[in-house]
Amino acid sequence: MDDTSKKLVEIQHLKQYFPVAGSSILSRTYVKAVDDVSFFIRKGQTLGLVGESGCGKTTTGRTLLQLYEPTAGRIIYDGNVIFDSGNVPLYDENGKPVLDGEGKPVLGKKTKVNMLPYRRKMQIVFQDPYASLDPRMTVGDIVGEAIDIHKLASSKAERRDKIITMLERVGLNSEHANRYPHEFSGGQRQRVGIARALAVDPEFIVCDEPISALDVSIQAQVINMLEDLQREFGLTYLFIAHDLSVVKHISTKIGVMYLGKLVEMADSYELTFHSCHPYTRSLISAIPIADPITSRNSKRIVLQGDIPSPVNPPSGCHFRTRCPYADKLCAEAEPKWGKVGEGHWCACHHLDRVD
Amino acid sequence: MSEHLVDIKNERLSFFTPAGEVKALNDVSLYLEDGEVLGIVGESGSGKSVTSYSIMGITADPGRIIGGTVEFNGHHIEKLSEKEMRKIRGKEVSMIFQDPMTSLNPVYTIGNQIEEAILLHTDKSKAEARERAVELLRLVGINEPEKRIKQYPHELSGGMRQRVMIAIALACEPKLLIADEPTTALDVTIQAQILELIMELKEKLGMAVILITHDLGIVSSMCDRIAVMYAGKVIECGSTDDIFYTPKHEYTRGLLRSVPRLDEKESQRLVAIEGTPVDMLNPPAGCPFAPRCPKCMKICLREMPPYTYFSDIHYSACWLNQKEEFENAGKEES
Repeated sequence: MDDTSKKLVEIQHLKQYFPVAGSSILSRTYVKAVDDVSFFIRKGQTLGLVGESGCGKTTTGRTLLQLYEPTAGRIIYDGNVIFDSGNVPLYDENGKPVLDGEGKPVLGKKTKVNMLPYRRKMQIVFQDPYASLDPRMTVGDIVGEAIDIHKLASSKAERRDKIITMLERVGLNSEHANRYPHEFSGGQRQRVGIARALAVDPEFIVCDEPISALDVSIQAQVINMLEDLQREFGLTYLFIAHDLSVVKHISTKIGVMYLGKLVEMADSYELTFHSCHPYTRSLISAIPIADPITSRNSKRIVLQGDIPSPVNPPSGCHFRTRCPYADKLCAEAEPKWGKVGEGHWCACHHLDRVD
Repeated sequence: MSEHLVDIKNERLSFFTPAGEVKALNDVSLYLEDGEVLGIVGESGSGKSVTSYSIMGITADPGRIIGGTVEFNGHHIEKLSEKEMRKIRGKEVSMIFQDPMTSLNPVYTIGNQIEEAILLHTDKSKAEARERAVELLRLVGINEPEKRIKQYPHELSGGMRQRVMIAIALACEPKLLIADEPTTALDVTIQAQILELIMELKEKLGMAVILITHDLGIVSSMCDRIAVMYAGKVIECGSTDDIFYTPKHEYTRGLLRSVPRLDEKESQRLVAIEGTPVDMLNPPAGCPFAPRCPKCMKICLREMPPYTYFSDIHYSACWLNQKEEFENAGKEES
């Protein structure tokens, strides 16, 4: 996959704030679940998002699909702006802000489109295959519902054919169509979830922790299938997971999130072997490697302390409370998102000191 | 009397459910030395938790041990009454569970919960127990223990709660700590903290540890020996290096190949184990892994293979090993 294929999905300065229940109306406090996140995904590629619980990776995926209405930002799909809050600067093709005659940045026009046609192109596979399938619908109807909504089948026979083709494509068979979700194992349910996403012939799929609820021996089956489907249909993925080894395996590029912010982004090889941000590094070193000799010889960077509450994140750099390099500057100013290499971006004040 | 700390011999344990008998453990034999770390790896339903629960004597109804012996520290667990078991539980053997959110009692302060274990098993006074609780919290790396001791579980984060669980488990300095997926519910950076803590305390207190997990990465860095379980059977057991570098069972090999590795320079296609885990209500005759095994032979579908020993501690149950051994014996003779 080359770097010249076009950008299929792009988000700019995306923000998603949720009001905190119980806070007073006059002084509402917000959880900044996604705070000023920007990235794009090229057609046919996979962007992996990793981070610990509460870092906003799932919310980013859902906001991108507008399952929640974004608080601010811009979402572009296949060249069309599908959401714009009207207070975000416009960018040209090279990523430079567009300026008006006086040198001030031009803001985008407030936009909100009807999502229905886009819903056919953008799909999602959820984490928990036990909760994401309606227990009172047969598997055939679960897969067929989307076909009905988008009117993709002209007759009952065609609908049935489509459902069966999809089920077979994900390794199930036609007799499974009349069964209910409780009759399936976790791995098979996740296959149903994938068949449902594929039924409308999408271009882009958000995979939200699709394998974390599955047994180890089944995880590999599902990963392989996602890779095969990507090749076969030219799909583009946003792959969200907390397991960096899986994300590295499947992704072209990886973004690392911490408390609502993107802290580092690079090609998956670059990120695993030449990461810059202290958080990414400790995340990588915390992952136990399934090889006794390597794990005996590797030195772990064990982070102290817990993840701060996202309701009340630390000032400046959010990571400073657990960072071995933190100083006064980190508490005062938020680090800027800067380029450190070809396609490698990072937000940290002390890149020179991180060896 | 066994010379091992734990000695399980041919244990059979079944759950008598309305749908039929589920043979959760089918002829399981395992042992554990003093101060040793044993990892038990397997998928959900493989019997890894049930095995260790039976050492604690907490097999839930409708489960029953129907054969074999479970010896721990000189006690025959399968013969003990609940009253006798209570004296051992928490004192000689303790357990930490997967989910620290549900294994602590929400209506008692964490101080109460740690003191409970101390008061039950020692003749310390309440004040002494409180002192010991503070000391334990400090031991597991909780700062301001005097303040924390008055807090309730909901006031603590997941990682902190797991630390409290560990403090409770260690209150009477047990000889054996059973950790049942202790970090599955935690984030990776917190997981690293907890694992480091368990190893540190093991060194300090000299206890043995049984670590139950599905994560091969965790066992590789922590365990002396590993037992791989599948469908209620130990299908391979050996030193950590044996299991990772010279695995002898197709399931162990499959498990090792199916996890992506972070330190791999180029992503290769994963080799998945095809098929689905065994339905424990209707397990296949013969080797339980046979229906998913790429090298399945006729005999595998008929008969359970016996163990083949490769060294004193490394053994595996696979007909292929038997075949190799047979062929090797033939060569030596001729």
